[in-house]
Amino acid sequence: MNEANVEKKRLENPPQTVDFRISRREKLDAPQYTETFTVPYRRNLNVISALMEIRKNPVTKDGKQTTPPVWSMNCLEQVCGICTMVINGRVRQSCSALVDDLLLAGGGNTITLEPMSKFPNVRDLTVDRTQMFDHLKQTKVWIELDGTHDLGPGPRMSQEDVQERYAYSRCMTCGCCLEACPQYYDDNYIGPQAIAQVRYQNMHPSGKMTRDARLEGVMGDNGIQNCGNAQNCVQVCPMSIPLTRAIYETNREATIYGLFGWLRK
Amino acid sequence: MATGIKIAVVGGGLAGLAAAMKIAEAGHDVDLLSVVPVKRSHSVCAQGGINGAVNTKGEGDSPFKHFDDTVYGGDFLANQPPVKAMCEMAPAIIYLFDRMGVPFSRTPEGLLDFRRFGGTLHHRTAFAGASTGQQLLYALDEQVRRFETAGKVNKYEGWEMMSLVLDDHQVCRGLIAMNLQTLDLRAFNADAVIMATGGPGLIFGKSTNSMVCTGSAVSACYQQGAKYANGEFIQVHPTSIPGEDKLRLMSESARGEGGRVWVPKNPQDKRGPNDIPEAERNYFLEEKYPAYGNLVPRDIATREIFQVCIEGGGVGGENQVYLDLTHIPAETLTRKLGAILEIYEMFVGDDPRHMPMRIFPGVHYSMGGLWVDFEQRTNIPGLFAAGECDYSIHGANRLGANSLVSCVYGGFVAAPSAIDYAKNVERGSSETNGIHAAELKRQQEINDNLIRQTGTENQYQIHEEMGKWMTDNVTVVRYNDRLKATDEKLLELQDRSKRISINDSNLWATQAVPHARQLKNMLELARVITLGALNRDESRGAHYKPDFPDRNDERFMKTTIAEWSAESPILSYEAVDVGLIEPRKRDYTKGKAKAAATAEEAKKSGLPVPDGAAQVPTPYTEQKPQNVGREATWVKDGEKIVDGESFKELKDREREEKR
Repeated sequence: MNEANVEKKRLENPPQTVDFRISRREKLDAPQYTETFTVPYRRNLNVISALMEIRKNPVTKDGKQTTPPVWSMNCLEQVCGICTMVINGRVRQSCSALVDDLLLAGGGNTITLEPMSKFPNVRDLTVDRTQMFDHLKQTKVWIELDGTHDLGPGPRMSQEDVQERYAYSRCMTCGCCLEACPQYYDDNYIGPQAIAQVRYQNMHPSGKMTRDARLEGVMGDNGIQNCGNAQNCVQVCPMSIPLTRAIYETNREATIYGLFGWLRK
Repeated sequence: MATGIKIAVVGGGLAGLAAAMKIAEAGHDVDLLSVVPVKRSHSVCAQGGINGAVNTKGEGDSPFKHFDDTVYGGDFLANQPPVKAMCEMAPAIIYLFDRMGVPFSRTPEGLLDFRRFGGTLHHRTAFAGASTGQQLLYALDEQVRRFETAGKVNKYEGWEMMSLVLDDHQVCRGLIAMNLQTLDLRAFNADAVIMATGGPGLIFGKSTNSMVCTGSAVSACYQQGAKYANGEFIQVHPTSIPGEDKLRLMSESARGEGGRVWVPKNPQDKRGPNDIPEAERNYFLEEKYPAYGNLVPRDIATREIFQVCIEGGGVGGENQVYLDLTHIPAETLTRKLGAILEIYEMFVGDDPRHMPMRIFPGVHYSMGGLWVDFEQRTNIPGLFAAGECDYSIHGANRLGANSLVSCVYGGFVAAPSAIDYAKNVERGSSETNGIHAAELKRQQEINDNLIRQTGTENQYQIHEEMGKWMTDNVTVVRYNDRLKATDEKLLELQDRSKRISINDSNLWATQAVPHARQLKNMLELARVITLGALNRDESRGAHYKPDFPDRNDERFMKTTIAEWSAESPILSYEAVDVGLIEPRKRDYTKGKAKAAATAEEAKKSGLPVPDGAAQVPTPYTEQKPQNVGREATWVKDGEKIVDGESFKELKDREREEKR
């Protein structure tokens, strides 16, 4: 039927146990430290199930009783974005981080877990990403509906346009793009996620009608000009969103609007 | 004109956001509470799509047929009037999302595309790739953010509801919630409260639900006097991917797009699935149900898969069957199902475009929930419910892609209903007479005791045991002796849960205290589910007892109502309104038998079906909902409908006519 190599590569000689080296912080602004926990190896173990195992009975590798590590989780299907953390140095969702894959890629039997570094670290592995939602307010990424009463169907669209918009619509505000962006620190930049959402709405026939308000939202001090074109965002995006394309297109629109927009006022 | 109405909405999924948007649009204030940022609610997990009879394929589909399919699929346990109202509203709901910019898949003409789902013979499901819940939730999230920016919606994300604030007359005046970072409790004063907290899947330990789906807040309402209805009806989804931490859903759309379920005729066949020739495969669903094939309703597919595996016929003799898409071109699969195939690939590793998936049923949805009337009012004045946490639409079994539409419908009805109530309710001096402070104090004491409490029990261990017992005994196949034993086990766990110690000395942002409180509430609901199942000696929809294999309309075409008492849930039964479509036996083995809802019934319901056979619609009319007797029953001011009759007048007239 097909000869493609479609079976997953598996760990051949799995270890008995796996060590998790976890960054700890008691509360906002408290000092950070690390603790290591040992979890029995099981096939199909992901980072979340390992954390659940540790939470049940939090004893470190050295036998010290400690507090359970705190992290955020919800859907466990990599679609809610909440469980994002830095795993073996790479930002990603912990639900879809399979221990087998991590050990295959990294060698050894230790996995490090750290919170994202660009957001306030609430405790242990949890962070506060409120600022990302604030950026969505600033850029007005919604359709200005006349009302929610029945006005019949929306505008017709080609499947091609829908597919590009669909790609942007999958952004789950996880923050990977900001964590990886070398330009982003101290909330100085609205970042790829908000710009992609601007592109998403500006492509829509009704959204286009209020395009200018969104363009103004990306043109402030924390706006699109902060992009340094490092293109890290598009590499770490777990939803494979064409972020650099969104930045390119939106930047073009913003530039034209910056040059000629005043004529329309 | 009442001023300064404030309504608290608990839960920021599809139903909660739909209600919040409607209330804010009507000019009133909303406090929106959610355990997680609303954009991370469980609605994002809905994959397949949203149902609405738009008839773009010229199959003669109509809201009446949607209504009939839903009632029939739910095995005649749902009160029919709200189901009818939902199916009528469904096309308008889809159009509204279309206007909000949801990237629904399109036909070559640029119209909305529709796919087929279980329990119907029509293409009725609008979809955005295979992650429709995500797009719908985000669209509402955007609209609510717009109202938040305008100051009409105050979001409290990272807050969990602990209890209702009830006055001396059992009227709901607000609620108590806990900040999950600081563990601070706070009273929220409100003229009305809308519960939209979703399902209780975590009672079963591992399920397809998200980790916030504990049912805890709903259980708190139940323990304060709200009626809980049809708790025993738990949908087990036929196709999920077993995992260590949860069961990940494999959407019904995989079968909707042509996926075939099979097992090797010889379970011990050592060959890979692609090497097993057609003749040696058993497509057991297609064989037994030639008309619907792989698209029989979920309860039936689940039981068949379960049965095959129990008899040792699963792949390799284990609890798994193949769900096969490999006969469909990989490019088509990527376009139509990309998102869900990625989930499988990500968590299992094999590529479903080239390798059949291994799947097994998993707990998925609760048809039961808070009892509500036809305007989403619970029995507690001032308390409303919408979405999965109410019981009203799906009867004994939910059809695929009906959940999203029922969430939005529930929110759209609950909002004007709550506004109407809030306008007329006597405010009294509830703010000053101390009921909020008293309830706050009571909740604080519960927290304090919990934190002080010492013992040898581990709360996560208790949760695991509860999940295992519930999954083993209160899901696909139910026996009375095992249900009894399960209830005894639950009593034991309730007792042991009094001796848990909070294993976290750092209370800042701890998960231990919230989880301990959720656990107590889950155990209460677990008893409702178990005892409801024990009492119902029949088989209907998702509830199946081999000792009572038939549906018994005489005794059990009734809604189970559970009311809390300190010893045990008190069960009673309420007649079901089946005035529109006469109950008939559910039989999916033949296509024709199903079409038994008569033209007369259709006429009576006000949703007549078109004369004659399915026709190809004339150009430019196919996007209009066909045969909707009246426009959707909500408009901007929440009062009038298009033909001049107000929502309230309409309901009054309907009630009048029923008498």
